[in-house]
Amino acid sequence: MRPALRRIWGMMYRHLSLYRRSWPRLLELAYWPTLQMCIWGFTASFFAGRMANAGTPGAGAVTLGMLLGAVLLWEVALRSQMGVAISFLEEIWSRNLGHVFVSPLRPWELVAALLAMSVIRMLAGVLPAVLLAWLLYAFNLFDLGAPLVVLAVNLMVMGWWVSLGIVSLILRHGAGAEALAWSVLFGITPFAAVFYPVSVLPPVLQPVALALPAAHVFEGMRAILAGSGFPWESLVAATGLNLLWLGAATLLFARQFRAARIRGALMSIGE
Amino acid sequence: MDAITVEALSKRYGDTLAVDDISFAVAPGRTIGLLGGNGAGKTTTIAMLLGLLIPSSGRITVLGHDMATDRFAALARMNFSSPYVALPHRISVFENLMVYCHLYDVPDAKRRIAELASQLNLHDLLRRPVGDLSAGQKTRVALAKSLINRPDVLLLDEPTASLDPDTGDMVRSWLERYRAESGCAILLASHNMAEVERLCDEVLMLKQGRIVDRGSPADLLARYGRDTLEAVFLDIARNTGTQATGATA
Repeated sequence: MRPALRRIWGMMYRHLSLYRRSWPRLLELAYWPTLQMCIWGFTASFFAGRMANAGTPGAGAVTLGMLLGAVLLWEVALRSQMGVAISFLEEIWSRNLGHVFVSPLRPWELVAALLAMSVIRMLAGVLPAVLLAWLLYAFNLFDLGAPLVVLAVNLMVMGWWVSLGIVSLILRHGAGAEALAWSVLFGITPFAAVFYPVSVLPPVLQPVALALPAAHVFEGMRAILAGSGFPWESLVAATGLNLLWLGAATLLFARQFRAARIRGALMSIGE
Repeated sequence: MDAITVEALSKRYGDTLAVDDISFAVAPGRTIGLLGGNGAGKTTTIAMLLGLLIPSSGRITVLGHDMATDRFAALARMNFSSPYVALPHRISVFENLMVYCHLYDVPDAKRRIAELASQLNLHDLLRRPVGDLSAGQKTRVALAKSLINRPDVLLLDEPTASLDPDTGDMVRSWLERYRAESGCAILLASHNMAEVERLCDEVLMLKQGRIVDRGSPADLLARYGRDTLEAVFLDIARNTGTQATGATA
């Protein structure tokens, strides 16, 4: 194994060892996505039933699908973001960063390990909810077909750059900024057009929504579920925006990492 | 070639000069002690040597690599132990050591861990979470971590803190043997003066970021007319004694 890959695996092994020893941690990964799935699933079922009674059963099924699809795909972004940020916080909580950063591990290798852990955490959290949606509401997310991969990857990447921003803030402000790991993406939700189209937002907020890849992803998802075909424009916009934001977040991380080395924050960040 | 070369190194935090124009070198197979009170600049110096902290000015070369431009090549052949930097406490000793075998690309990792467990008497601890260990046991595990890659340069901050006298003596003997066998250069920061006298070939006395005196433990004892390094330390810290007020690096 090449040394760089082995170092990345070393950091992943450290986190996987943690999960191997702690079933509550494993349970916690799936807890919120499953809970969200249940709350939104029953709510959507209720409204779908009302629409069916009102004589529009087809619209009810589409609405159910749009809401459940949105819940599940937004969890991809949320879990990916938390996967990176919380894995980094684990290093701070264990006061281990001093050892990690005096090893030959490069900063980009640490980030790669955090991203790999976020994929594992996201799959462990979201897949049980996807299964539950199928069992309880007969909604199969995989019916979205091949575009599902593009939609999910875009949301995952969005979770990554948001978390890189959070990690940068933690490097700048210390563990006091850790609450952001749980709150930032939830705060973005109203502007990300997750559960409703961008056009529902007030005109002044629509440019904010359109600057977020998630808005384009969910517009695309709704187009697919409404039978309007593959939404190329939305996916290209989401991918382009993700690349821009990811580049900006990477620059911010590199800058804050260097600033932390100037201030000596890498030794005292958890204190 | 010296294993560590430090030239005109300074670190400033705002108006505070934490390290002020220090220079020294450590040859392979030698141990240099950093002595000084709290805030003297020991930890800051070690952090700069490890690349955790970027100096305000000066140059550090470790094993021929400039730490400003090529630190990862040096870090692969260095290691570090401090009771103030912890290991993840919810995973086992074995898992912790395995993580660092991966990070340092140690070949035949299980065998290396078994060797260190035997040498540092860790066999009974390997399957236990680090968080369940006593302070002394944690110190031994941290020492095992610092030796996992058979380093050519070892930076030790209070390596025998929290160890009972018997275990402390065992660790010091083991460090002496490792240095003799490997030619490792060791930089040691310690408040245990007997340990410094025993392990160090040269001592750098730090005060307010400057090296205020240096020499072998025997030289310092003779120069200050004292019987112990602790008395020399107190002379320098309190500006008393025959040499303290006029001594310079």
